[in-house]
Amino acid sequence: MRTVRMLAIGTLMHVKQISRSPFELAIALVVPVVQATLAVYLFRSGGEEHRLLEAAVGAGVMGVWSSVLFGSGGAIQTQRWMGTLEMIMLAPRRPVLVILPITIATGLTGIYALLATLLWGRFLYGIKLDFAHPVAFVVAAVVCVVALGMFGLLLASTFVLMRNANALANTLEYPVWLVSGMLLPITVLPAWTSPIAAALPTTWGARALREATSGGPVWPSVGICLGVSLLCLVLGGLALTHVERRARAAATLALA
Amino acid sequence: MGRSDHAIEAVDLRRTYRARTGWLRPTRTEVEAVRGVTFTVGRGELFGLLGPNGAGKTTTIKLLNTLLIPTSGTARVCGFDVEKDTREVRRRIGYVFGGDRGLYDRLSALDNLRYFAELYGVAPREQKRRIAELLDLVGLAGRERERVEGYSRGMRQRLHIARGLLHGPDVLFLDEPSIGVDPVAARELRRTVADLAATGTTVLLTTHYMAEADELCDRIAVIADGQIQALGTPSELRRRADGRRVVEVEAYGVPESAVDALRGLPGVRETAVEARGALQLLTVHSDAHVDVQGDVLRELSGIRLGRVNSREPTLEDAYVAIVSAA
Repeated sequence: MRTVRMLAIGTLMHVKQISRSPFELAIALVVPVVQATLAVYLFRSGGEEHRLLEAAVGAGVMGVWSSVLFGSGGAIQTQRWMGTLEMIMLAPRRPVLVILPITIATGLTGIYALLATLLWGRFLYGIKLDFAHPVAFVVAAVVCVVALGMFGLLLASTFVLMRNANALANTLEYPVWLVSGMLLPITVLPAWTSPIAAALPTTWGARALREATSGGPVWPSVGICLGVSLLCLVLGGLALTHVERRARAAATLALA
Repeated sequence: MGRSDHAIEAVDLRRTYRARTGWLRPTRTEVEAVRGVTFTVGRGELFGLLGPNGAGKTTTIKLLNTLLIPTSGTARVCGFDVEKDTREVRRRIGYVFGGDRGLYDRLSALDNLRYFAELYGVAPREQKRRIAELLDLVGLAGRERERVEGYSRGMRQRLHIARGLLHGPDVLFLDEPSIGVDPVAARELRRTVADLAATGTTVLLTTHYMAEADELCDRIAVIADGQIQALGTPSELRRRADGRRVVEVEAYGVPESAVDALRGLPGVRETAVEARGALQLLTVHSDAHVDVQGDVLRELSGIRLGRVNSREPTLEDAYVAIVSAA
């Protein structure tokens, strides 16, 4: 119970810390809206007017992914700059319990992007928020955010070790958008990308949200998304224990 | 794990930093930051670690508080091995470092303390009382709901201390806690540290300020070049400068050649030059029975001078003597 309380308070504090940064808020709101605008024009020119809500949702999920990716990498790096990484890693807790609230918080603050793209679509382009399964959409959104947070934990385990974590984060943003089919169907991608897509929780989260938006079997995707992300949690937890020790050996918890 | 008489035991601690730069032709560099440090700190003792920048003070503290793994050697805190019993050690220690960093700036002091209280396993029903107590102790009561980004450096430092004490640690590591803090705040900080030691908390303090070490510490280890050069009570260390006399000269624009010439004077043991804005403070250590003041002033003829002072050596002089001999 005390562990759950610690995770909840830790997540809340990191959500507060991230949400009070005007820069991070601007990035979370503006970039997904620009991407959604591009997507709408692409869908329109392709004669797929009926899929505009999918464009808004897809761009929002891209925003959640960016938030988790840069949040997990950036937050670790920011904490290193702030000198807090050493302080939190010094806590007498398993490293996974220390880092998980940060990555879940980055997923939660990614919700701002999803809300921004939906509101933008509604008020600027008159896109009706006519979800095929509204309740399933909310559940899928929550699962997607938590799942991405757990995936972020796996990423964070490498970021703890790397002093230049942002460099890795930059290279991962676009490929995961593409491979996960956040905007384009993964069927149009080369066949060799399919196994990669299947292993990513982003693929199943995006798929669940798309199915909840335009119709389809939502729950299997939600279930697989949750399963893959739990696997990420276990792997991330194991990796973090190993990585924390290596970071202490390599002296990468601090800047210098 | 048996209860040890010592709160801290370090035996032949060594730490080498290895770095690699470049991809095509990588260059590997190695820096031996700590080279065989051995000492013990008794329970409830206030122990000082003094040394110049880059001497290995922070690395030693980080080896003891589990943030770094020793390259070789062993260390125990409260009887627990810092490498093998990491979590047991962490439960019993607090770590406070000087400067602006180490806090969540966009959170209030209260939120910072609540978060760290959770992380450090303070029981939920004790948290409110403990946080209020500590805010009172460090003089931040009434300001706890303000965001830390609006705090002065002194306030941040006090918040650091409150954070370090949340879980009532047996051993507190203070790494240059008074760096950049104004004199009044530094005095309050020294009082807080002394009170902690008086109530039985073992404190390992690193500092640049001799007066601070002299006032607070039961024993001091002088570290330079990654090795302990001297260890003893402040009065024992002061005796290292026995048989010496110190001449201090304020000067403007002293060339290196003049300083070299001073070193060659008969009876002179060491010289040091400290820049203080436009002014340079020359410190000349000599044998007590040799009056070098006249010779020093002769060597500096033609150079604009300020105050000239001849005095008995202090702890700081002893420190300079120890570090210079390293």
